[in-house]
Amino acid sequence: MKHSTRILFAIAILLPIPTLSQDSMSLTSEARGLAIALEASRRNEGYGDTTVKLIMELRSADGRTRERVLTWRTLEATKAGEGDKSLTIFHEPRDIAGTGFLSHTHLSSEDDQWLYLPSLKRVKRIASANMSGSFVGSEFSYEDLLSDEVEKFSYRWLREERCGEWECFVVERVPVYDNSGYRRQVTWIDIAEYRIHRTEFYDLENTLEKTLYLEDYRQYLNKFWRAHDLRMESILTGKTTKLTFDTYEFKTGLTEQAFSPDTLKRIR
Amino acid sequence: MLALTGMCHAQGDDLAGFAALEPRFFFDKPAYQQNPTQGLSPSVVISPEFRYAWGEGSDRITVIPFYRYDSDDENRTHWDLREANWQHFSGPWTWLVGMGKVFWGVAESRHLVDIVNQTDLVEDIDQEEKLGQPMIHVEHWSESGSLGLFLLPGFRERTFPANNARLRGPLPMANHDAVYDSGAGDRRVDAALRWRTSVDNWDIGLSGFYGTGREPRMVPQLGESGKTVLIPHYDVISQIGVDVQYTEAAWLWKLEVIGRAGQGDNFGAMVGGTEYTFYGVQGSSADLGLLAEYLYDARDKTAPPTSLDDDIFLGLRLTLNDLDDTNILAGAIVDPDDGETVALIEAQRRLGERWTLELELRALMNIPKQGRLYGIERDSYLTLRGSWYF
Repeated sequence: MKHSTRILFAIAILLPIPTLSQDSMSLTSEARGLAIALEASRRNEGYGDTTVKLIMELRSADGRTRERVLTWRTLEATKAGEGDKSLTIFHEPRDIAGTGFLSHTHLSSEDDQWLYLPSLKRVKRIASANMSGSFVGSEFSYEDLLSDEVEKFSYRWLREERCGEWECFVVERVPVYDNSGYRRQVTWIDIAEYRIHRTEFYDLENTLEKTLYLEDYRQYLNKFWRAHDLRMESILTGKTTKLTFDTYEFKTGLTEQAFSPDTLKRIR
Repeated sequence: MLALTGMCHAQGDDLAGFAALEPRFFFDKPAYQQNPTQGLSPSVVISPEFRYAWGEGSDRITVIPFYRYDSDDENRTHWDLREANWQHFSGPWTWLVGMGKVFWGVAESRHLVDIVNQTDLVEDIDQEEKLGQPMIHVEHWSESGSLGLFLLPGFRERTFPANNARLRGPLPMANHDAVYDSGAGDRRVDAALRWRTSVDNWDIGLSGFYGTGREPRMVPQLGESGKTVLIPHYDVISQIGVDVQYTEAAWLWKLEVIGRAGQGDNFGAMVGGTEYTFYGVQGSSADLGLLAEYLYDARDKTAPPTSLDDDIFLGLRLTLNDLDDTNILAGAIVDPDDGETVALIEAQRRLGERWTLELELRALMNIPKQGRLYGIERDSYLTLRGSWYF
C-alpha cells in the first residue's frame, strides 16, 4: 500500500506486538495506540477500489428531515506518499443531481479538492482549509469523511473496555494535519476485527462536540469490513446525520483517470 | 430509492430537468416607450434533460432543450438546444459530437477565457447563461493533463432584448441583419484548443481560439425607415488565454489573462483576485467567503465595447449549511474612476426536496452619461424564480 505506512508498520511489529496481552504494559501507550492504528490500516490494505450508494438523512433539532442520495467511490493509493482518492456524486435532491466532489488525500501535505457543477460544466478547485466545514449541511465535517490515513493522527492507547457486544480498545487520536476543527478524538475499536464502533469528537476547546456510531458491519471478499449504518449525533446542536449504505462493490477496475478533475465532466 | 437513481457510467435512460415560474420586477419607470410599462414582468421556463447510456457507460446521448416564454420581451421568448450530443468514452479519449457546452476559467466577476459558447444575453445581463454550440470535441487525458481540440461548425448569434423591451439601449437593433467578417457568414468552421492540468496547489489552463468572435461590435446604420439602427458585426479573431488558480489553506488566488487580435489593435485583458473563506463562522455551521477581483481591459474604441475596462469587484458568499442549502452571494463591480456600479445579489434555498427558490438582484447605479451602460440605467431589476425539479 503506502510506502511510509509500511515503514511505520515494520517499526511497529519490531515492537512486541502482543500489545493485546496483559504483560505488554511496559509498552508506552503512544506505541500501543499507533500499533492498533497500523493493524487496522493493514487489515484494509489491498481493497483496490470501492463503489457504494448511500442515503444521507439530515435531521434538525426539531425533528425536520431532508435526504440526499449519493454514490461514493474510493481508490486505494498505489504510490508512495499518496493517500486514497474519493469521488462523491449526488443524485438527490434533483437540483444538485450530477454534482461531484473529488478529493485527493495526501499524507504529509494539504489535500486537493474539486467540485464539479454540471449545469455550468464548471470544475472548481476548492479551499483545502474547509476541513472543519460542514459537508453539504450535514453534521459530518469534510475531515470526518476522509480516509483514515494513519499518518494524519498521533495516537494514544487509553484502556480496554466493553463496547456493546464487543471487547474494545479505546484509543485517543490527535489530528496532525492543518485546519482541523478538533483537539482530539476518542475511538472504540474492537479487538477481534479492528473495526471502529464509536468515535467521540472534541472541539478545539476540548468540549465533546459530537459522537459517531458505526453499525451493521458486513464483511466483503472474506477480508474487508464496512459499516452500513453511520449516525453522527451533535451534542451541541441536537442535530443528527444518518448514512445508510447499500451493498459495496469492490475492485470494479476504477483507475486514476476516474478520479481526475479533467474527467469529472464525464459524470453528467 | 437507491436502485432507481444515478445514471453515471450505467446503462439505460434517464429523464430529469426543471420547470420554473419567474417574475421579474423593474424598479424604475422605463426610459423609452417600451414593455413592460408596469414594474412586473412574468415569465416561465422549462428545460427537460434526456439521457441515454449504453455499452456499459462507454456511450451516452444527452438532449437538453430549453424554452422560455416571456410576457413582455418577444426576443426573450425563445428556445434553444443547450445540449444535444453523443459522447463516447474510450480509455483516455473522450469524443463529443453535437450541440455541447464547455466552461473554461477560474474567476467569478468576468469569464474572459471562456469563449466557446455564445452568451444567451436575454437570460441574464451577467452573461453567464450560454447557448448550445455545435461542435466536434475530442479530448485526451493523461496524468500530466488533458488536451482537447474543438471544431466548431456553425455560429450562434448573441441574443438581445427586443426593441420595445427593457434592458435595451436607446437605438433599435437590426438583430437579424448581422454582418460577418468571414465570407462564410455564420457557417464558418471555427477551431479551439484547450490544455489543462493540476499540479500540487496549481490548476493551470491554456487555450487558443481562431474564428468568429462571440462579442459583436454594434455598427450604427441608416435603416429602411430612415431611422438609425444598430447592426451586430461579428469579426474573425484570434485569442489566446491563460487561467490559473493557486489554492492554499483558506485562500484561492485566481487569474485569467487573454490576448486578442482582430478587433482594432491587438489587446490584452485580465481579471484576477482572491477568495478567502471562514469556515464555521461564530461557532455556527455557516461558511463566509470574501471575494475581491480586479478587472482590466485594454481594447480600443473599434473593438466591441465593455464596461469592465478598469474595475474592481468585491463580494461576499454566505453558505448557511442548513437543511435547505441556503446560500447568498452579494457583490458589486465598481469603476473607481466614475463610481459606475453594477450590484448583484443571488440568494437560493430549497423548499422541500424538489423545489428551489431563487432571488436575483441586478442594480445599476451611478451610471455616467458617456458610459457603456447608459441607456439601461433605469432597468435595475429583481428576479424571483421558483423551480420544480423532476
